[in-house]
Amino acid sequence: MRFVFKTDYDQDIRLLKHSGYWWSYGVLLAALIAFPYLVGSYLQSQIVFVFIYAIVGVALIILTGFTGQASLGHAAFLAIGAYTAGFLQSQGISFIVYFPAAAIITGAVGAMVGFPALRLSGIYLVIATIAFAFIVEEILARWESVTHGNEGMRVRTLDFLGQPVPRDGDAFYFLCLLVLVGSILLALNLLRSPTGRAFIAIRDSETAAKSMGIDLAGYKVKSFAISAALTGMAGVLFAHKMSFISPEMFTLLLSIEFIMVIIIGGAFGVHGAVLGAIFIVMVDPFLTALKDDVPVLGASLASSLGMSSEGSGKLRDTMSAIGSAAGLKGAIYGLIIMMFILFEPYGLYGRWLKVKLFFQLFPLYKKATFKRQKTYVKSERNR
Amino acid sequence: MSFFTVDSISLQFGGLKAVDKVSFSVEKGEIFTIIGPNGAGKTSIFNLISRLYDPTSGKLFFEGRDITEVPAHQIAKLGIARTFQNIELFENATMLANLLVGRHCHATTQLWQEILFLPSVRRAEKEHRRKVEEVIEFLDLQAYREKLIAGLPYGVRKVVEVARALCSEPKLILLDEPSSGLNVEETDDMSFWIRDIRTELGVTVLMVEHDMTLVNRVSDRVLALNYGKVLASGTPAEVQAHPDVIAAYLGA
Ligand SMILES: Nc1ncnc2c1ncn2[C@@H]1O[C@H](COP(=O)(O)OP(=O)(O)OP(=O)(O)O)[C@@H](O)[C@H]1O
Ligand SMILES: [Mg+2]
Repeated sequence: MRFVFKTDYDQDIRLLKHSGYWWSYGVLLAALIAFPYLVGSYLQSQIVFVFIYAIVGVALIILTGFTGQASLGHAAFLAIGAYTAGFLQSQGISFIVYFPAAAIITGAVGAMVGFPALRLSGIYLVIATIAFAFIVEEILARWESVTHGNEGMRVRTLDFLGQPVPRDGDAFYFLCLLVLVGSILLALNLLRSPTGRAFIAIRDSETAAKSMGIDLAGYKVKSFAISAALTGMAGVLFAHKMSFISPEMFTLLLSIEFIMVIIIGGAFGVHGAVLGAIFIVMVDPFLTALKDDVPVLGASLASSLGMSSEGSGKLRDTMSAIGSAAGLKGAIYGLIIMMFILFEPYGLYGRWLKVKLFFQLFPLYKKATFKRQKTYVKSERNR
Repeated sequence: MSFFTVDSISLQFGGLKAVDKVSFSVEKGEIFTIIGPNGAGKTSIFNLISRLYDPTSGKLFFEGRDITEVPAHQIAKLGIARTFQNIELFENATMLANLLVGRHCHATTQLWQEILFLPSVRRAEKEHRRKVEEVIEFLDLQAYREKLIAGLPYGVRKVVEVARALCSEPKLILLDEPSSGLNVEETDDMSFWIRDIRTELGVTVLMVEHDMTLVNRVSDRVLALNYGKVLASGTPAEVQAHPDVIAAYLGA
């Protein structure tokens, strides 16, 4: 076990609280920098998607995890960032201008969504954000002079001050890593200053937050704006990574994937964004494998167990029919979300903390350590 | 004019007059207690003062200023802090974070500075932390700094709420039933702290309380309320001897 003696308030403000953190995060960063030189292009590409999803995860953690405002509209913020990049680039504007511009424009739209959201909470807010996402999707499909409608839009190779940054290259990988690290630092900095604490206060008790001098409206709008701006930046990277964008890429399913990132990773800390992103990005190849390999595998297993070739062929067809059924992905996602909410409400990061504590305290770990105790009932009447 | 004045304030919920033309004033440095049976309208008066509810009629004055129209989130900055009858702490945050939220009305840093965590933010944070540590020292909360509120026992939460209110360096503190749910020993501590809040910190105390021993021990003046109306006011002894108060409590 480690005992940390505190002799200075700075020790509680610092992000890396003691030498152990320096070590582990140093090694992690070194590994991430070494990755492009070690892994193949397919895996590198997947990691870039992990970075992009993790940036959106951080954005959602700020809005949902810290401030307690749910959103199923983040695909739309991603779309706004992506289309801003695509359009401005096609007008000959440089990356160092359109990257911040996308953040600002998306942030402004986020603030606009935040205003009507002030009066809504819970499921009503979710519905409002879905409605917003549908509107954005519709605008993208109709505003053909800018977005080329349903035909979609090609996004040219990123050009950084005359240097091309191809989407499969190492430079692009590092750019995404840099933006992710930047977003994580932003979230952590917020968390250790008044704004982040105001977000948390709003999440846990609006009444008390108000009485402590927190302007609910102002901070909710700020939270929406910051979250949207980060997602907009992720959108720029996404557009370049895909090299082609069209409205049907930014559907409700994508918003659900983003929510899953934080449900699976854990919404109460920034680590969750990264863990959840890894899970979501890696589950897709897994689902594809499920579609292609499992039916074949099942059939060969069946025939080796003595089933007739006709029977095993039928089995394979049924299994691949199930595997490629429309909506299977959604159903599996739904199942995963339910399992996590029921069994791992603190997500993968929460599980990690429990495992870590188990080894730190071994053999003294009690199962009830993480049990929440509810010692009294809040009544609605007497605030 | 008095330090704090409630002038003929009323609050109506549909047909129910929760607060009915209540007037009283609190002098600087006083411990003023509101008593009354359940549903008398005590908490409603606090909610009116902290501007969570809009009064149907009447006015509130604090340090000579009309605060009837001030939005709820600006009340703390004026120097009025409060606790809640049913504890409204930020459950999933540490005690330290809760107390630092109490400092929010003194926050001076801008969002962009916080995002970059500039030296000015760090300096401000340390200043807030110093103030918070003073309150922790004052209320003996050293053991709980890093603990999540959700894991703290009820008695400690009650004290943390008082601490959070004190962190805003109020001039007037509203305590809604500070001793409810506490055992005898904890109630004793609370009564000492309430007196210390007044004498050592110089904060005026307006509280709602059911425990008459505590009321007698700390209050300078008492106001008795029933069905939203003032029954009596004066020293604790005077109010408890008042026939209307006795009738209200005995249900006659
Ligand atoms: N938000 C509300 N909507 C409708 N009625 C309310 C509301 N808040 C309080 N009331 C009613 O107003 C009356 C006064 O309530 P209040 O909470 O002020 O009582 P109290 O004196 O604090 O009682 P207790 O000792 O139980 O805390 C009660 O009859 C209550 O039912
Ligand atoms: Mg009450």
